[in-house]
Amino acid sequence: MNPENEAEQPATRAERRRQEAEHAHEIEEAVVAALETEPVPSEAVSAPVGGAPVAAAAATATATKTAAPAEATPGEEEPASNRVLREIMNGPVVLSFLAVLIAFIIGGIMIALTNDEVQETAGYFFAQPGDFFGAVWTAVSGAYGSLFQGAVYNFGKDDFATGIRPLTDTLTYATPLIAAGLGVGLAFRVGLFNIGGRGQMLVAAAAAGWVGFSFPMPMWIHLPVAILAGLAAGAIWGGIVGFLKARTGAHEVILTIMLNYIAFYLISFMLRTPGLLQAPGSVNPKSPAILESAVLPLILGPNYKLHLGFIIVAVATAGVWWLLNRSSTGFRFRAVGTNPNAALVAGVNVKNTYVWAMALAGGLVGLAGVMQILGTTPDGMTSGIDAGIGFDAITVALLGRSRPWGIFAAGILFGAFKAGGFAMQASEGVSVDIVGVVQSLIVLFIAAPPLIRAIFFIPAPDGKLTRRPLRRNSKAVSA
Amino acid sequence: MSEQQSNTQTVTPAADAAISEVLEKKELRSWKAAIALALFSVVSIILFVVFPRHGQTGFRWSGADDLITLPTWHVDAATTGTVVTILLVLLTALVVWVTLQTGRLAPRTRRLITTAAVIVFALAFMVAFLAWAMVGNNVPVTGLLLGTVSLSVPLIFGAMGGVISERVGVVNVAIEGQLLAGAFCSAMVASLTGSPWAGLVAAMVAGVLVSFVLAAFAIKYLVDQVIVGVVLNVLVTGLTSFLYSSVLTKDAETLNTAPRLSPVAIPGLSEIPVIGPVLFNQSALVYVMYVVVALVFLGLFKTRWGLRLRAVGEHPKAADTVGINVARTRFWNVSLAGAIAGLGGAYFTLVSVGSFQKEMVAGAGFIALAAVIFGRWDPIRATLAALLFGFASNLQNVLAAVGSPVPSEFMLMLPYLVTILAVAGLVGQSVGPAASGKPYIKG
Repeated sequence: MNPENEAEQPATRAERRRQEAEHAHEIEEAVVAALETEPVPSEAVSAPVGGAPVAAAAATATATKTAAPAEATPGEEEPASNRVLREIMNGPVVLSFLAVLIAFIIGGIMIALTNDEVQETAGYFFAQPGDFFGAVWTAVSGAYGSLFQGAVYNFGKDDFATGIRPLTDTLTYATPLIAAGLGVGLAFRVGLFNIGGRGQMLVAAAAAGWVGFSFPMPMWIHLPVAILAGLAAGAIWGGIVGFLKARTGAHEVILTIMLNYIAFYLISFMLRTPGLLQAPGSVNPKSPAILESAVLPLILGPNYKLHLGFIIVAVATAGVWWLLNRSSTGFRFRAVGTNPNAALVAGVNVKNTYVWAMALAGGLVGLAGVMQILGTTPDGMTSGIDAGIGFDAITVALLGRSRPWGIFAAGILFGAFKAGGFAMQASEGVSVDIVGVVQSLIVLFIAAPPLIRAIFFIPAPDGKLTRRPLRRNSKAVSA
Repeated sequence: MSEQQSNTQTVTPAADAAISEVLEKKELRSWKAAIALALFSVVSIILFVVFPRHGQTGFRWSGADDLITLPTWHVDAATTGTVVTILLVLLTALVVWVTLQTGRLAPRTRRLITTAAVIVFALAFMVAFLAWAMVGNNVPVTGLLLGTVSLSVPLIFGAMGGVISERVGVVNVAIEGQLLAGAFCSAMVASLTGSPWAGLVAAMVAGVLVSFVLAAFAIKYLVDQVIVGVVLNVLVTGLTSFLYSSVLTKDAETLNTAPRLSPVAIPGLSEIPVIGPVLFNQSALVYVMYVVVALVFLGLFKTRWGLRLRAVGEHPKAADTVGINVARTRFWNVSLAGAIAGLGGAYFTLVSVGSFQKEMVAGAGFIALAAVIFGRWDPIRATLAALLFGFASNLQNVLAAVGSPVPSEFMLMLPYLVTILAVAGLVGQSVGPAASGKPYIKG
């Protein structure tokens, strides 16, 4: 979805769609023209209107000259093929791809700069530049190669079954990231900033873990009960924030940060107190192992770590999508998120919406905690079980633009980074922290399409290079 | 994306404020303060009257080598607890009465009485609590306050950066990143040059660089400010951790052994009992902090610079109309905010630790952000809030040393619980600068 399109007048949008259909074959010609950006006398003006949508019909051949000035000055309209190309180049896929590309290039530069071999060869760069570039290539390709092999497919293995294992690891790492990302993203959609992922995950993991190791039950009832207990705990922890915000007007950023610490210390206390969460007979602050009947079963057999949680999270993503886009509750959520005052006037109970949205968000983040305890580390929980996922989830939600399936994809990408990052550190000695740099650069660049356009000299959708005043652009890109 | 655009804008407290203005216009009588005090009174009845601890507690006011030594006060824990509890109940009753007088007493008088009651309440509760928790020990008052100041310094610098940035209309979630960048660069530059002063300058430059990115994305590319802030934190954390493990650790001797700023006693002032050693025997960076807080306060409210800054943050359109360049004002003030926050980062490396460690800021930036909101975007109140956080984290250190009757985790939890109660009960609606978080599009 291209934001710039939405800001356009319907007439020009329809106009463009028509031209796109007619001149899609002229892309190559457009490459030159689009890069030159010099308005060329348009053939679009004389193009037949046949088959144009109703809105375009209003802007008939004569009207085109005057109706289009949002795009260019009358009489100077550029070929439609330019626009087609620009559409493609400004499409979210291309821009996202370029953002990822530039983030990887910057990451590569950093890997090269800190590489010993590269530094050594740079010393005699002018004598033998080949050595230098060779060293750069070895360092960067080695790092990214092992990142890929650790995240997607390991070519070093003989058969497909073991070669594909990294991909399943990626999905395993992605599972809690997606769940927590959904929680943060849902809150974003209601206009709330949920930094409380850590606390919500901890209480949820503790509740699910407690049910998981204390009550032997048959699996078909034990697993759902344990999951529900975790969800409920997360929902309560998130709901407290919504309740306090709704009743007292306290700021949710403060509340969630404070509740993170409170949850951390509460769980730490429970983990070291016998009779609460501590494993009997142990002196370590660690809970007993989860009973077999409450552990999420591995869905691809014992050779792969991928567990049922991934399916649950996929269902949750679909559920959140349905809730936000198809249900009246979701409509109210979005209304409050877009403009709470207008929602209030329209009769939405804004305060209750805050409570329910935060409870739901807490439940979803709690699901991530459940995945951690029942899926990733069923041998017992510590107070570090959240593994920073609560904060990573914010970046996941941002990269996914708070859309459920966007978050799903972003979660898998970040899961791949996580799986590959460890492999890269182990085999190439490149610190795993570079992954954080690349991840944040991706989000940063994706959030600023004008910057990407400026770097790659892509003209903006309105035909201007981004160096020019950003009046129309700017409105669209503020997210 | 247009949805996202508008929904992330509403993260600003201003929008929330507007709603409750609609909802609570006729509700003039606020019971929040009364309820909060009543809750604490119940806690004190339970702790000090139902479960009293018997014995003497000493309040030590001066160290052995001080010029002027004050006698140590010895109080009986149980008696103190009972007396203080009675006082607390009376104060609660006073606040309830004041709340009932809504409409009869002038709002100003009511606010004055309530504020005074809350302050006395908090002090009295603290005394009783210390007497109760540290029975049989001496409370090192000076040490407690000294630790408070040390732990608060980076928070206060961060909060000042936050106040300036938010007052000019740019939400600064990147305080954490600015602190971390400051810590990293000051450690490296100070180690290389051997001069802590060069380290301080490097910290400011690092903070400004982070701010440049924030400002460029928020002001030029109009990306949502909260998003940029969050992402910048991740970016700086990743960058510093990466450089730490791939550059600093390889040659820690020359790159990560920073000379530290030692405490400088101010002659005369440092001899004052209690206050002297706490406030006037500190490293130069702490004195810089006093100056910064004073300058930010005076600058914001008494100078043309501050007036313009606040105008841009409250109503950029109006500011633009009278000829203030909104984008430029925002850009340079956000950079200034970064420089101040960067100094806070230097405190970690140049005063506390002496070298850079991975992720050494450990959430201080977020606490500073909380202090900004808790302090209602006012430099003095934000400083006090930061001091409160510093006091609370230091208190548990002191209590852990003597072995408190409450599990240490609950002591650690206390500051955060108090903050929630304070934010929900006493501060209530926090209304930030009206245009904070909203990009300004000229035209």
